[in-house]
Amino acid sequence: MLQMPDDVILQVTDLKKYFPIESGLLMRKVIGYVKAVDGVDFSVKKGKTLGLVGESGCGKTTIARSVIRAYDPTAGTILFRSRDGVVDMAKLDKKELKRVRRDMQMVFQDPYSSLNPRMPILDIIAEPMKAHGVPKSVWEERVAELLKLVGLRPEYMLRFPHSFSGGQRQRIGVARALALNPSFILADEPVSALDVSVQAQVLNLLLDLQEQLGLTYMFISHDLSVVRYLCDQIAVMYLGRIVELADVDRIYENPVHPYTSALLGAVPDANPRASWRPHQVVKGEIGKLTAETKGCPFAPRCKYARDVCLEEEPKLTPVDPNNPDAQKSACLFAAELSLPGVS
Amino acid sequence: MSMNPKNILEVRDLVVKFKMDEGTVHAVNGVSYDVPEGKSIGIVGESGCGKTVSSYALNRLLPRNASLSGQILFRERNGQVIDIAKLKPESKEIRSIRGKDIAMIFQEPMTSLSPVHTICNQISEALILFQGMTKKQARNRTVELLKLVGIPQAERRVDEYPFQFSGGMRQRAMIAMALARNPRVLIADEPTTALDVTLQAQVLSLIQDLQNEFNLSMILITHDLGVVAHMVETVNIMYLGRIVESGPTLQVFEEPQHPYTQGLLQSIPKLTGRLGERVTSIPGSVPSAYDLPEGCPFAARCPHRMEICSIEMPKPVQIGEDHTVHCHLFIGREAAEDAANA
Repeated sequence: MLQMPDDVILQVTDLKKYFPIESGLLMRKVIGYVKAVDGVDFSVKKGKTLGLVGESGCGKTTIARSVIRAYDPTAGTILFRSRDGVVDMAKLDKKELKRVRRDMQMVFQDPYSSLNPRMPILDIIAEPMKAHGVPKSVWEERVAELLKLVGLRPEYMLRFPHSFSGGQRQRIGVARALALNPSFILADEPVSALDVSVQAQVLNLLLDLQEQLGLTYMFISHDLSVVRYLCDQIAVMYLGRIVELADVDRIYENPVHPYTSALLGAVPDANPRASWRPHQVVKGEIGKLTAETKGCPFAPRCKYARDVCLEEEPKLTPVDPNNPDAQKSACLFAAELSLPGVS
Repeated sequence: MSMNPKNILEVRDLVVKFKMDEGTVHAVNGVSYDVPEGKSIGIVGESGCGKTVSSYALNRLLPRNASLSGQILFRERNGQVIDIAKLKPESKEIRSIRGKDIAMIFQEPMTSLSPVHTICNQISEALILFQGMTKKQARNRTVELLKLVGIPQAERRVDEYPFQFSGGMRQRAMIAMALARNPRVLIADEPTTALDVTLQAQVLSLIQDLQNEFNLSMILITHDLGVVAHMVETVNIMYLGRIVESGPTLQVFEEPQHPYTQGLLQSIPKLTGRLGERVTSIPGSVPSAYDLPEGCPFAARCPHRMEICSIEMPKPVQIGEDHTVHCHLFIGREAAEDAANA
């Protein structure tokens, strides 16, 4: 029997996902790997939200897709507490996966392409129930309930996606994810495609639903401002690895990885008096995931890097030994550096 | 045609409509703003508010089904004032302004650069055609420009194709192309929306530096209030094809007057937020541009809606130096103050 602490719902250990690079027309040969996710560990507590942030190509979506087993991970374990007990998502077969996915659902980024334009809302939201053999007689009632839950009128269920705005569509996407009463929701950039005035509506809805239903979220975003309102813990990713993992306020007020600090400094806050440090922001661009690298992946762009950073690969380690879960950093000099955050 | 001498561009009552099979899209419905010489202004709004269309109109880059009215006054290098809105989109006059005096940076560098020509060919084309340079001169100038925008190993990379450039470098190459003909006005349409934050910071600080160095007048179009807050001196807030508030950036951000500006600023998540805090959102969504509401475009979502709001479009009210707001709340206030004074 698989074990994990009682308050944990998801525990990921040494997760790796490599995509092969193939070459040749007839004789496909693997000539290398894209190491999209290269050994990450994290866990999510029941009723809490973990935020995964980072720039494009850092591996955040790959983690989400591996966790829900849209991808088969290359290595690692993904322990998940389903209604039938703790399972290792990485090892499940197709039939077992389907059972477990009742408890783990996804909300997608683009509310335009993630709803079938030819289906009425009723069918879209009932689709998970159909797939899991919920009798047809209860669909309508459940869909009406779900629509009310996400703040839409039940009368809308016979309309088609085109008659809804972006924000309303995202509410429909959330309703569909909730159809089977899951305990865990993976939200991949759920508000990135929305305009600001509408984005706030969807964020508030997610917060309300979490309070009401006791949901656990994994929230993926490139927007550091958005995650602050939603996430209890935040993991900052760089080149397939987690470089800092900490409680939300700590990471903003007192970052202990130079990349986290650089990211925070790069975001122009909507306050003309707020400090914005574009000139101090990291030089250069993100490296390649294919290269065999030694040392810290961020070292080539890091202004604090020393020779040892190019040699030794830093592990994600607690900053404060007395409170190991509060803040972890994958920087050799985490304890020495005093890095600017958000005041 | 007369212009304020400190302005390089004045837009007056600009209206752009698109004829579609389904009806007429009222994209821009009477927009007026000034671009002072050497200064930067911002046009902000959510998708579909007409910010991009209104700026494309300045270069007459609209599709054939568009109709345009109003005035776009531009001061040429010789001091003469010309109304761009009166020119034919294919005319010689507009072609001598477009891309030369008024250059543009677009949002998606990959779709605006040709995939089958080298960076060198694309940037030097204009130099050879319009500046009369030889191939070699043009190439040298291109290398110079690439260095200016911070492309490493410019001598070698100038012969590469856009696909060999990363997203940030493509945007730098676009900026180099825009600068090639020494423009006086730079229109930057969501220049960093496709970029990650660290690259965004690099490109924005590059644009700031270049603007200062070449004394460019800039129109920055974006949906990102954070970018606007730090990049421009004057900001225009657009909603459904109209400017609802305009003024000095600091004033508009710190004392927003129009209910839409207030709602918009409140609805932005901030880096200094708190876990579990609810961001105030604007209820409802933007009405369709096919079927414009009567009166104020924001009336249906406005918390201070009055009867008059859905009947009559409010006239602009000046509430401070260079700070203008289009809202009935202020018209009433102004009248009341006048009455009190009288």
